[in-house]
Amino acid sequence: MLELRNITKLAGAETHISDVSLKLERGTLNVLLGPTLSGKTSLMRLMAGLDKPNSGTLHFDGVDVTGVAPQKRDIAMVFQQFINYPTMTVYENIASPMRVAGADRKTIDDAVQRAAALMKLTPYLQRMPLNLSGGQQQRCALARAIVKNAGLVLLDEPLANLDYKLREELRAELPRIFAEAGTIFVYATTEPSEALLLGGNTATLSAGRVTQFGKTIDVFRKPNDLVTARTFSDPPLNTIVMRKSGDSLALDGGMSFPVPAHLGEIADGIYTVGFQPHHLSLTPAGAAPVSIRAKVIAMEITGSESFVHLNYADVRWVMLTPGIRKFETDETIEVFLDPQLLMVFDGQGRSVTNRQPLAA
Amino acid sequence: MERTWNNRAWFLVLPVLLLVAFSAIIPLMTVVNYSVQDTFGNNVFFWAGLDWFQELLHSPRFWQALARNLVFSGIILAIEVPLGILIALNMPKAGWGVPVCLVLMALPLLIPWNVVGMIWQVFGRVDIGLLGKTLSLLGVDYNYVQDPVDAWITIIVMDVWHWTSLVVLLCYAGLVSIPDAYYQAAKIDGASGWSVFRYIQLPKMHRVLLIAVLLRFMDSFMIYTEPFVITGGGPGNETTFLSIDLVKMAVGQFDLGPAAAMSLVYFLIVMLVSWVFYTVMTNYGQES
Repeated sequence: MLELRNITKLAGAETHISDVSLKLERGTLNVLLGPTLSGKTSLMRLMAGLDKPNSGTLHFDGVDVTGVAPQKRDIAMVFQQFINYPTMTVYENIASPMRVAGADRKTIDDAVQRAAALMKLTPYLQRMPLNLSGGQQQRCALARAIVKNAGLVLLDEPLANLDYKLREELRAELPRIFAEAGTIFVYATTEPSEALLLGGNTATLSAGRVTQFGKTIDVFRKPNDLVTARTFSDPPLNTIVMRKSGDSLALDGGMSFPVPAHLGEIADGIYTVGFQPHHLSLTPAGAAPVSIRAKVIAMEITGSESFVHLNYADVRWVMLTPGIRKFETDETIEVFLDPQLLMVFDGQGRSVTNRQPLAA
Repeated sequence: MERTWNNRAWFLVLPVLLLVAFSAIIPLMTVVNYSVQDTFGNNVFFWAGLDWFQELLHSPRFWQALARNLVFSGIILAIEVPLGILIALNMPKAGWGVPVCLVLMALPLLIPWNVVGMIWQVFGRVDIGLLGKTLSLLGVDYNYVQDPVDAWITIIVMDVWHWTSLVVLLCYAGLVSIPDAYYQAAKIDGASGWSVFRYIQLPKMHRVLLIAVLLRFMDSFMIYTEPFVITGGGPGNETTFLSIDLVKMAVGQFDLGPAAAMSLVYFLIVMLVSWVFYTVMTNYGQES
């Protein structure tokens, strides 16, 4: 088990990591999700021992490893850039961590062949990494991490520089490959969809803080606060200010509707509500859908879905709707929102519908 | 496919042709012209065929000068390339030290050759020079005017002082382009300092090193100003390199024919050795 206790990392006057505590169990897949500069890489560097925290401690299986050098820890790391030794063949690259460790020839050969087979690199073992495609170079880097058989595997946006198809393919394979007994697998990404596809646990990061940690699907469905909900939404989370008085809820812009069951308990007052782009629909859905008239700002059409950017009461929303839709800009359309799906946050941005302890 | 002729295309390449003609082809052909004839001035020429070339290749003076050139370039490369790499490796990668180091490194490169020559000529003088006087006070027998070894050492030190910066700057450019992740990956792998140099930094510097070696070879092979200013090729002929010999022959003795033949041979040697360096280093890069 890897345990981070109140880790803080400063760089000059800037705070890169602020009071982070996490417990990562052996045999789990943990996603660090957050936008660029949220501290994912800084946190990984701390976990790897490439940086020393300014305060707080790191424990591996109960042993304090805070000041221990990276090569003395049981870790492997894969980076966003394709990092291989340029003058070594693919075989030698994969073998390099074992050579440093001083394994015998037979053990090395077995491990290299096995990792190469897993990563579909067997035909390229005698090639130079720079003569391979980007996907193969990253597979080579991943194979290096595999042969190390480390207790902690850190993957820092490993698929970000790959093209779409390869990314899909490798993403599906990665958890399976590293899901060997006892490995703690940490995966940093900026993409909420990637976290959802990988599953496991997710820690959302924002401005150097872990805002929530738990099962990926729970964090996505029941964010503890507005920051987590925003981090875990792409396209951006739709929000609007809402006032509750008695049995009625009124959205900014004058739209009002009866209080749905799950919001019955909350006190009267002003809240921020958030909902995902796919929670807006063109046809009524749910028990008591609310009809909203909004103006179309822009349309984005992917192969099978349409993103409709809307203006409602001077707030910008995005609706994700299946199929290809055509609306004119500035056209006013009717959209539906199921109030059951609303996430409600108080003035401090804390969820009032869902309260969970920070570290699950 | 039907071929169409469009003579107007010639007008488009004409400026380039003219430029190359005046900057390279005409001067070179002039030299070729001189090299196969004998002249005493007044535009009177006598056909000499390949006589000058034969004479040159049988002249011990030429072979001695060529040997000096090769030894000198060899020493220069053997000192400046490793020294340049070493300095580049130890230069700061970030912070206020970077501009300071870069300016200090660029400084010698900005000084004209003859000024470098004058600086060292005075610096090394036994009677008034800081270096020469200090050495003689310390009891070291140093006199570049009389002792050929001292003259060689002086010229080599001058060149190292003047040109190592170029290697440093090129290597530094190669080093700073290495992403930080390489060093982190090596650190996690537990690679030694030597391994990081051998497997990450050297391969990444390989291309700029090729350029550095080529430039330093060609430049050092054409060494002229330093020995000219220091001793004029002496003591004796000990620092008479090909370039100095060539100028003596053409300007001193006005032997234009032999000088032209020597120019061509000199030019071909520089080309040939540069080509060998280039081929060897690019092939090495592909194999490893």
